[in-house]
Amino acid sequence: MNASGLPLGLDAVSAVLLVPLAAAALLALLPGYRVAARLNVAASLLTLLAALSLFTGERPAPGAYLAIDDLNIVFVALNCFVGFTTSVFSASYIGHEVATGRLTPAYLRFYHAMYQVMMFGMNLALVANNIGLMWVAVELATLSTVLMVGIYRTHEALEAAWKYFILGSVGIALALFGTILIYMAARPVIGEGMDAMVWTTLLRHAAGFDPALVNVAFVFLLLGYGTKVGLAPLHAWLPDAHAEGPTPISAVLSGLLLNVALYAVLRFKLLLAANPGAIATGPLMVAMGLLSVLFAAAMLYRRRDIKRLFAYSSIEHMGIIVLAFGMGGPLANFAGLLHMVMHSLTKSAIFFAVGHIAQIKGTQRMSEIGGLTVTHPWLGWSLVVGVVAITGLPPTGIFMSEFLLVSSTFARAPLLAVLLVAGLLLAFGALMLRLGGLAFGEPKGSAAPAEASYLPMIAHLALVLIAGVWLPAPVVAWFQNIAALLG
Amino acid sequence: MSGPVTDVVTSGLAFDVAHMLAGGLVLLSFVMLYQDRLSALLNVFALHAVVLSTSVAWQAFAQDAPHLYVTAAIALAFKAIVIPTALHRIVRRLGIHREIERVVGTGLTMLAGMALVALSLVVMLRVTAEADPLAREDLAFALSVVLLGLLLMVTRRNAVSQVIGFMALENGLVLAAAGAKGMPLVVEISVAFSILIAFIVIGIFLFRIRERFDTVDVNALDRFRGDRR
Repeated sequence: MNASGLPLGLDAVSAVLLVPLAAAALLALLPGYRVAARLNVAASLLTLLAALSLFTGERPAPGAYLAIDDLNIVFVALNCFVGFTTSVFSASYIGHEVATGRLTPAYLRFYHAMYQVMMFGMNLALVANNIGLMWVAVELATLSTVLMVGIYRTHEALEAAWKYFILGSVGIALALFGTILIYMAARPVIGEGMDAMVWTTLLRHAAGFDPALVNVAFVFLLLGYGTKVGLAPLHAWLPDAHAEGPTPISAVLSGLLLNVALYAVLRFKLLLAANPGAIATGPLMVAMGLLSVLFAAAMLYRRRDIKRLFAYSSIEHMGIIVLAFGMGGPLANFAGLLHMVMHSLTKSAIFFAVGHIAQIKGTQRMSEIGGLTVTHPWLGWSLVVGVVAITGLPPTGIFMSEFLLVSSTFARAPLLAVLLVAGLLLAFGALMLRLGGLAFGEPKGSAAPAEASYLPMIAHLALVLIAGVWLPAPVVAWFQNIAALLG
Repeated sequence: MSGPVTDVVTSGLAFDVAHMLAGGLVLLSFVMLYQDRLSALLNVFALHAVVLSTSVAWQAFAQDAPHLYVTAAIALAFKAIVIPTALHRIVRRLGIHREIERVVGTGLTMLAGMALVALSLVVMLRVTAEADPLAREDLAFALSVVLLGLLLMVTRRNAVSQVIGFMALENGLVLAAAGAKGMPLVVEISVAFSILIAFIVIGIFLFRIRERFDTVDVNALDRFRGDRR
């Protein structure tokens, strides 16, 4: 199994983990930031190739620690793809940060090493076949992003990192308690030791677990990992962390880390679905998802900072996705998966655009940014396309997933669909209102050309547009397969 | 299982001692809630960690699980000695061994704490009806410690006391993990390890916060929120 062209004869699963780890060690030692940025791109590309080769190669049997199945393979591929494009964006972004003195080369060394540590953590969380290992990996990914959020060391960045750290730790602590409870539930059935933490074994024996214990465990897990997803009552860290860290980190936070936490929730949802006595997890997830959509949509109106605006939009979209998976059934699950992929691509593209804009204008305040389509046609129109896509207008991929979700919800719970549509329209109004000021009208602020690569941004937007018009049949079949799996 | 250990387990002594130690942890969590000086809070936390370590060691003996002794040793070394010592130094260096500001008054905090303990007892004892009593009581106490740690975090504004609250919360998690019979070592070590990492992270943060504002009061940070500019 060497479709990726990896010279070492490693299997793809270990490559997905070892490449970022080795790159992190190397980047921590490399002094020059230009070389480091290139190495970061190369390592991310290699990881992406390894991830893609997971599709072609033969899958190894699930072990006590790692496993690959239909569900996580999609997450890993998406993770590595956005990780790669963000590293390309980051390479063009950081040169400017060094030039303006916001970051010194020493901090960049740290930044690049942490970037790969984060990729390692996220990939490990996704391929883990062990609930303990998954918890450790999510914790690792969180800690590495905390450090990167605080990297500018301004007042705002420190506050954001502190808040993220404290709320993230509380979330992760609750998730660990839930994990321990799952083990307690599994022990009488499976027996003591490592087996009672192995995912595939747990799933096989789930029907015999004590339902009461599993129910309580799920509440802890949903609250714990839900904090990481940014669901409404627990979202307070998210806007700050997005706004104050470097923009590439905002892009990976929104595009990837939220998905990883969501993946953990989905895993445990599957476990409860396999136990006949357990509560239905759907209504809990639907309630939290709907609350996030409505709350974030309302909050969008009062934003003045452009990165905060799109951070709240991420809360809204994670709400939509959680609601979709909470509804369940082949159609809603399909919509949820599609929405997740489309949101990751679109939101990271928007953050790429926002990163360039903030660098050109020297500010993140929306009142000081205007007329982008006049001064920077490529950037301005990309932002327009991105925002149009994220609000769910046709003909983009997000329109398709939202349409599927609303129509399937309408058939089963009309009132819920009405609330969902109200939330979507509210968010649509807020974003359109802001977009008008940002992209059109009188140009404001500096009109200096951007020294940046637009390639990652345009590639993402092109994919989203293509997906809205035409989804390849194998992708549809694959998603349908997972949707059925998720039940 | 060897002879003497089996005797201890069946005699009910194991249950009583574990019960007492876990109860002691809950009590110390309450003591932490009303400390109004940082150095006193740190001392209580160190004691909290010692009791945790004893409790884990007792579980190791009662369950005949030698790997738990490692967890007990880690808890003792890091949480009872290294971290309190370092935090004492930070507190002295920053000159903040004064009074701790509270968001809510002591009486209200204690009442909230009692409500949380009652809640965790009701929840855990009900759902673990079929588990063995040793694990069951331990889990109920562990959840109480976790929730009290959370309460400590939300009622304090000072960064150092929030960190202590977080570590108290993690102590509850270690208690839960030790009480879950036969839980693999991976998790315990990772918990201890994450606390170490957390400490490094926090150390860096505190250093930077000190560098920037000459204060570790989180309220002082709040002023700089982006949207309020």
